[in-house]
Amino acid sequence: MTWWLLGGLAAGCYFFKITGVLAAGSFRLSGAGQSFLAYLTPAVLSGLIVVQTFDGGGRLTISALTAGVTTGAVATWMKAPLPAVLLVASAATAAIRLL
Amino acid sequence: MLTVSERLKAFWSGRHRRDGFLLGLAVGTFGVTFGVLAVSAGVSGLQAVLMSLLMFTGASQFAAVGVVSTGGDPMSALGAALLLAARNGAYALSMSEVMPSGRGSRLIAAQLIIDESTAMAEAQVKLEETREAFWVTGLSVFFFWNLGTLIGVLVGGVVGDPLTWGLDAAFPAGFLALLVPHLKDRNKRRAAATGAVVAAVTIPLLPAGFPVLLASLGAVAVARIESRK
Repeated sequence: MTWWLLGGLAAGCYFFKITGVLAAGSFRLSGAGQSFLAYLTPAVLSGLIVVQTFDGGGRLTISALTAGVTTGAVATWMKAPLPAVLLVASAATAAIRLL
Repeated sequence: MLTVSERLKAFWSGRHRRDGFLLGLAVGTFGVTFGVLAVSAGVSGLQAVLMSLLMFTGASQFAAVGVVSTGGDPMSALGAALLLAARNGAYALSMSEVMPSGRGSRLIAAQLIIDESTAMAEAQVKLEETREAFWVTGLSVFFFWNLGTLIGVLVGGVVGDPLTWGLDAAFPAGFLALLVPHLKDRNKRRAAATGAVVAAVTIPLLPAGFPVLLASLGAVAVARIESRK
């Protein structure tokens, strides 16, 4: 990671927080604006999941990674805590790569 | 004059303070995972620690490291992370009565506005408890998230090649775990489904990075349909 990227990430994340604090009182989000911000997180998270699970260099690909993430999904569904989910997904992916 | 143990007892007697503290402790374990994954993805230990101190918003940190680890360019990493950070601005707008009046303490309080501190503050009824819940939760998460990151960085340094350990699967699996609580809400579920479809369709068509950014159209679509009703 370049230091420029780190600086941009830090500044950008703080920008949203401090802008919200300073604007509170003088500015109100419209209903649609509030909904948009509430829906943004699930939309982007699911985009990230799809890309990181199926993107094999510009092509939709099923791989050991896909199987590993699916195993992690099952662990999530069984309400396993996050560190356990990550461990299961990684271990399954590594095991399939060894086959 | 109260003794230390009396003060601790008094602190612990407030359920909102106790819960906020314990939530921070739990989030600390996620911090450990962040540290491990960041280092295994090729982010230096110092950078991972600075990310937790300065960004201090988990989903964005995981997203930036995840995009970098799969060879994504810096602008894609920045775009995905900032799309996920935008909601903190909405939280901040709703927290005006919780914010302190002094300029310096407002600058600090702003950094503590995240999912956990907002949720704990909003769960209270009395203003004083709302303020306390915000500060206790925010500071507890800040302390344990950063401590966890530091521990993770030290542990992650000895892990070695991430691909042999299948650590590349940890990012999408982690995003999935972060997504699940949102799926209880019908419209958030729709936004997630639309975002997933947009990403899948655009992977073969557009350069890397764009599919994640365009997944945000899922939020635009659902918000527009909702506002028309």
